[in-house]
Amino acid sequence: MRDATTARAGLPLPGRPALYGARGWAGVAAAAGLIVFIAPLLNLAVPAGAALHLSDYSVSLLGKIMCFAILALAMDLIWGYTGILSLGHGAFFALGGYAFGMYLMRQIGLDGVYKSPLPDFMVFLDWKAYPWYWSFTDHFWYALLLVVLVPGVLAFVFGYFAFRSRIKGVYFSIITQAMTFAFMLLFFRNDTGFGGNNGFTDFKRILDIPIQTPQMRMTLFVITGVVLIATLLLARFIVTSKFGRVLTAIRDAESRVMFSGYDPLWYKLAIWTLSAVLAGIAGALYVPQVGIINPGEMSPAMSIEIAIWVAVGGRGSLVGAILGAFLVNGAKSWFTVAFPEYWLFFLGAIFIAVTLYLPRGVVGAFAQWKARSTSAKAAGSEPAQKAAA
Amino acid sequence: MNAATSVVEPIHGTSGDAPVEYGRVAKDIEAGPDVSHGPILYLDDITVAFDGFKALNKLTLTVMAGELRCIIGPNGAGKTTMMDVITGKTRPDSGTAFFGQTIDLLRMTEPQIAHAGIGRKFQKPTVFENHSVFENLELAMKTDKRVKATWSAQLDSAALDRIADTLALIRLFDEASRPAGLLSHGQKQWLEIGMLLMQEPRLLLLDEPVAGMTDSETERTAELFNTLAGKHSLIVVEHDMDFVGRIARTVTVLHEGSVLAEGPMDVVQADERVIEVYLGR
Repeated sequence: MRDATTARAGLPLPGRPALYGARGWAGVAAAAGLIVFIAPLLNLAVPAGAALHLSDYSVSLLGKIMCFAILALAMDLIWGYTGILSLGHGAFFALGGYAFGMYLMRQIGLDGVYKSPLPDFMVFLDWKAYPWYWSFTDHFWYALLLVVLVPGVLAFVFGYFAFRSRIKGVYFSIITQAMTFAFMLLFFRNDTGFGGNNGFTDFKRILDIPIQTPQMRMTLFVITGVVLIATLLLARFIVTSKFGRVLTAIRDAESRVMFSGYDPLWYKLAIWTLSAVLAGIAGALYVPQVGIINPGEMSPAMSIEIAIWVAVGGRGSLVGAILGAFLVNGAKSWFTVAFPEYWLFFLGAIFIAVTLYLPRGVVGAFAQWKARSTSAKAAGSEPAQKAAA
Repeated sequence: MNAATSVVEPIHGTSGDAPVEYGRVAKDIEAGPDVSHGPILYLDDITVAFDGFKALNKLTLTVMAGELRCIIGPNGAGKTTMMDVITGKTRPDSGTAFFGQTIDLLRMTEPQIAHAGIGRKFQKPTVFENHSVFENLELAMKTDKRVKATWSAQLDSAALDRIADTLALIRLFDEASRPAGLLSHGQKQWLEIGMLLMQEPRLLLLDEPVAGMTDSETERTAELFNTLAGKHSLIVVEHDMDFVGRIARTVTVLHEGSVLAEGPMDVVQADERVIEVYLGR
């Protein structure tokens, strides 16, 4: 019998590989430091007008984009890693937002325009009491539970039937698109009880603390940043685990996965549901920072935009998804001020350019360029071991 | 002891562990096929029609445990459809299919059939191209394949030894960390065979396993299959007559969805109906 240790030379070691190497962890720590210490310092301690001051506008913009980055990570897990393109993630995002928005509406108390315990839109509809589904939404923890449960349960049920019927590829994308569109129409109706096309707005407090203060803005910013980093680490844990390898295997050769004895239904359902929950959490963080949630977030265009962020950054790369959310939304916030009417054309042009010239997104192009320059340096020696992940 | 024989021996999981239990699969399936009467696979009167075209027409076939059976037949004879029926990909319109005495294949899904002990190699080599060769074998390895177990799965020493042995057997040790997509066609065929062996199946279905292989690779494959027979049962679909002649004990000729002839290679080759089907009338 061959000696076991020499037989395994060159193979991975037993146990789980580390999430990140030293450089990766340094990057995560740097991002955490920026969000938790540097940003609050520059915004709250450095006086306005000083060169290093971080403006309130920047804080709310960055906070908003970090919510989108969480959403992009959720999309990358299901699309980039599992190969299931969802064009309905806007619905999960908005449902999380609405769930937390209900709590924010209850926190307005008697300070609404009509000085009623009911939200203004209900007074306007001449409703006398909250509908049953608003029960307990004045409890913070119950609202947080709804943020997770509503998108999670919906995704589980929707996914179970879709994946069990083996609906795949473009057909799945189309029914997710139809789902978000149906939700948008439902939420546009006034008597659905979610404020119709105006949605929820004019929030006053969270946990009885006023919401429109620099301190609260910064607190929400920091919480969002921490959740973003936690989501990144969770996603990294998933994609470096055997579970994650099964997901990519489903993306690349689903029949081989089945004939290897894995039932793809439960794998798809697990990641699909998790992805929807993450989208819901992103929505819940988004609403208090932006100050409004309305059915526009459920429009088909919004869901398609999420896919574009991930495509631009690089699907199948977690950092890519975050980068894509920042690049596209950064460009959007500049463009919609400079050339408001051309944004959608520009967005379309980006998508076409990325599809044609950067099939693996910005991150993929960078990895390719790096691999080329290192192989040029080491000309003729060993070929690159593995395409960058 | 060389690597070739160590892989075909039953290899135990983590030593000392309780037998792994799989969800959603009945206990008798978990116990594996009952081959006490000899046959490991019974197909009886199987008919599959696609829009009126009968891909399989009352096909009846029995394969004994430990047998190496070759299936030949012209294009459209129903060879691949037969494999689809056995592995749960296609449901026949009528007929019965049993794995051993007790396991009814027609009531099971593809993953359940894979668990019960039937491994399949596709006509076009199907490996996970973005995963390394090592990871391909890791994913195929027999273990608890439910989500919960996979979530926290870690490789232990015994598993690594198993993968190392298989890598040596399929001669891909030096390619272990390369993405499978970069392998040559013949190497992919070998990798897929290695993945099948990692599943520790009782019955292997191999659809054109030597297509695209060099002569020396083909020869080694023939050798390997001959070692596997006895401990495993094999059904090999192949067009390469030379290869079939080298490994076959019994050959079944399919034609228009049913068995045309069955017997030793030389008898089948001399059969007039077979000659007619292959050479045209």
